[in-house]
Amino acid sequence: MTEGIADDPRLEPSALAREARELANTWSEPRGFVGWFSCVDHKTVGVRFIVTAFGFFILAGLLAAAMRLQLARPDNTLIGPDLYNQIFTMHGTTMMFLFAVPVVLGFGIYFVPLMIGSRAIAFPRLLAFAYWMFLFSGIFLYVMFFLNIGPDRGWFSYVPLAGPEYGIGKRADVWAQLVSFTETSGLAVSVCLIVTIFKLRAPGMSLNRIPLFVWAELVTAFMVACSMPSIMVASGTLILDRLVGTHFYNHAEGGDALLWQHLFWFFAHPEVYIIFLPAQGIVSMIIATFTGRPVFGYIALVLSLVATAFIGFGVWVHHMFTTGLPQFGTSFFTAASIMIVVPSGVQIFCWIATLWSGRVRFATPLLYALGFFVVFIMGGLTGVMLAAVPLDAQVHDTFFVVAHFHYVLIGGSLFPLLGGIHYWFPKMTGRMLSERMGKTAFWLLLIGFNATFFPQHILGLMGMPRRVYTYPVEMQWGALNLLSSAGALTMFVALSIYLANVAISLRRGAVAADNPWGASTLEWATSSPPPPYNFVPAPTVGGRDPLWETRADLPVVVGLAADTREVLVTRLMDAEPDHRKEFPEPTVWPFLTAVAVGGLYIGSIFTPWAVVWGAVPCTIALIGWAWPRKGNRPRSLERQIAHRHRTAAEHA
Amino acid sequence: MPAIIQSALHPAGPQAASISHLWWLMFWTCSVVYVVVIGALLVAIRRRRDEGGSTDERSLTRSVAAATGVTVVILFGLLFASVATGRAVASLGSAEGLVIDVTGNQWWWDVTYENPTPSLQVKTANELHIPVGRQVRIQLKSNDVIHSFWVPNLHGKMDLIPGRQTAIWLQADTPGVYRGQCAEYCGLQHANMALTVIAEASDDFERWLVAQRQPAPPPASPEQQRGLEVVERGPCAMCHTVVGTSAGGRTAPDLTHIATRSTIAAGTAPNTRGYLAGWITDPQHMKPGAKMPSTGLSADELQAVLAYLETLK
Repeated sequence: MTEGIADDPRLEPSALAREARELANTWSEPRGFVGWFSCVDHKTVGVRFIVTAFGFFILAGLLAAAMRLQLARPDNTLIGPDLYNQIFTMHGTTMMFLFAVPVVLGFGIYFVPLMIGSRAIAFPRLLAFAYWMFLFSGIFLYVMFFLNIGPDRGWFSYVPLAGPEYGIGKRADVWAQLVSFTETSGLAVSVCLIVTIFKLRAPGMSLNRIPLFVWAELVTAFMVACSMPSIMVASGTLILDRLVGTHFYNHAEGGDALLWQHLFWFFAHPEVYIIFLPAQGIVSMIIATFTGRPVFGYIALVLSLVATAFIGFGVWVHHMFTTGLPQFGTSFFTAASIMIVVPSGVQIFCWIATLWSGRVRFATPLLYALGFFVVFIMGGLTGVMLAAVPLDAQVHDTFFVVAHFHYVLIGGSLFPLLGGIHYWFPKMTGRMLSERMGKTAFWLLLIGFNATFFPQHILGLMGMPRRVYTYPVEMQWGALNLLSSAGALTMFVALSIYLANVAISLRRGAVAADNPWGASTLEWATSSPPPPYNFVPAPTVGGRDPLWETRADLPVVVGLAADTREVLVTRLMDAEPDHRKEFPEPTVWPFLTAVAVGGLYIGSIFTPWAVVWGAVPCTIALIGWAWPRKGNRPRSLERQIAHRHRTAAEHA
Repeated sequence: MPAIIQSALHPAGPQAASISHLWWLMFWTCSVVYVVVIGALLVAIRRRRDEGGSTDERSLTRSVAAATGVTVVILFGLLFASVATGRAVASLGSAEGLVIDVTGNQWWWDVTYENPTPSLQVKTANELHIPVGRQVRIQLKSNDVIHSFWVPNLHGKMDLIPGRQTAIWLQADTPGVYRGQCAEYCGLQHANMALTVIAEASDDFERWLVAQRQPAPPPASPEQQRGLEVVERGPCAMCHTVVGTSAGGRTAPDLTHIATRSTIAAGTAPNTRGYLAGWITDPQHMKPGAKMPSTGLSADELQAVLAYLETLK
């Protein structure tokens, strides 16, 4: 079989070079002003997602710094209650909706097609639409904030505080429509990822050979698809209550304030795992690469991801333990919340076993993975405490909870993400990040993080509630709050160094090889940065770690057209070649559709008629998007022959 | 008067004590788990590896399985402790219990001591007196948005939800002054919605209750008389009640015995003449967003009102 492939004239170096030129021509993105809005390449869109999300991360971080300034001492009058309430709402909303979810999906958008050896992501135009919706949502939110109509009802927007009677003005509407924006975007991305992972894998990459990061993104995409409808219903009914006077949440008219909490947390708890699971995928990739061995317990890790996702949908009531629900009923949610520790524990034990048996290389990405252990495990353990109803009744809505979820989210997600950037930066940019600056930033971040958030556990037990803009000096919370604020300053310095590292290395970093870390997955099989068509020729896979397998000459896919955007579609279970699909060209219509939909969302804050009139441009944009193209040619006989040939080689 | 405290770690009643035991159990268990896991991690990355030798995957499998088994056992133990504590905390409840209605408002607590005879009911605000050693049932309602009743030295929190009634049983075993505050974000002045619980001996409590049932004393000096007139005819009576006078507003705290209370504006400031004057003159400065408007009293009207309010013991 190997010989047969080596003999194939299409794999001669000169033929490959010719094919690469042709592919580059076919898959290149349009340039110029309009081209910028037409791009559908998953790598460009993925980088846009990641960069935009980190832009919002910086904004939300600055808001956090403002809060820490205000709370640094008792009876502080730096920031008044109205602004403070907007700031903490903006911080939470931004971090959850505009940073954490888009950034983990952004990594998936960039790396999933590369890791599974595909030329492209499924539904690239839908993906482009998702990006524009995400970008517009963030711009919309911050424009509103600077106009002093930023949301101020908390990122959870409990009714009736956010309802028509007590949430006067437009601030709560801004929040509700921001949610509609970002959820539209998230749902679109989840569809792209699920279909990509199910149908576009390289031949040979059966389900039990998918890289763990791709598994994590798959599970996450399913969680997005299952949880976001709940928040769409919630934000939709909230804006209906506010805009047209429905009474979903008005108890005086038969509505129910607690219904909101159920709908919100049915989404918002899985949201935590949506943020967290892809980061666990990153941890798996980093640990495998920097121990030089496959991660121990592949099946256990995959099952843990899936189990976490399932149980994650059964724990939302632990956010509502103090609402007076019956004790017997809540104990089931205690059990579920405690049970979710088991899959996380299995993952941690498998990773420790991998480190135990591998050859550890202490590069910066691995440091972040180790930081993940130190920080996240603490957050997981305080999570067990919060699952206990009586203890939760004491620390619920206090700074203890603030400490807990920052340990979980920063430890469980931000540390792996920052490590992931260190890990994949060479692939994305062709340059290495500085190890020295990376390690400095890491240690400062670890120290600053713990100084910021560890004291908040104690503050919570000492009775300090969340979401207070000030506190009296007699409460004796001043010293720990000052320590916390000093920690925040340290984190600020650490992240500035990190950012400077990125900025400097982009221009002056060492040039990266194709596989600088000696990793095993397919994204390292192509150039750094990858060409628009990802691979020439497209790879096939014979195991879980294709680049570590002893055979140097892996079978490859030949016969895909280079003059059209042709992608090989494979079967769901075993990734046998199924058919070829011609992918769409770049187009500006997804951008225009996002403009139309965004206009409708924003207009509906002010008048219900926006939904009526806004439907017209949306329809026009969708017609333009779906307009049939010229030149959809039937497949040529010659290429069908090639297809058979390639399949035969694959089976040999 | 002992120092005011607000802490879950200094229990003053059986429920807070049970929860505090659960906390220390969880704290020590989780600390040990954390140290063991991080210790294993450190050994894993630091240990010297035999040259060329590979670790036995089967022994790794056994270790991971054992660690998972231990995790499950520990979690079952903690689950059991949690449910047992939940039962202990919920075990209060008796027909002889004192019943107090607490109603949440933006941003103060309306307090009513229930009594089958309406004239024996007592209304106050932002301050609860409870007898030591007696079970107390706090019935919680909200007039506007969701609030949460929380006095950490006595018990965990319970939400006040519009359209629903919730309740919480508690008991103080140690006399003292315990501070609590709203724990559910309720808008602009969520930070300044505190309440004080004074746990005192049964006799003291009964004396206090009897005193609270009295109407306001009549003014004893011309200045106080003038103060009463301002309260009755000025803006105060629109929202506030002073029993025994014609001031009967219902949307703001009952002032009949305001001079006995230790704070004003739901814990925003101590109840002294100076702070009270500042509060009446410009509430929006002391507590921006509070529902009390500026009263526009002249200087001598203000002094008269203060002189009168000081008599409301």
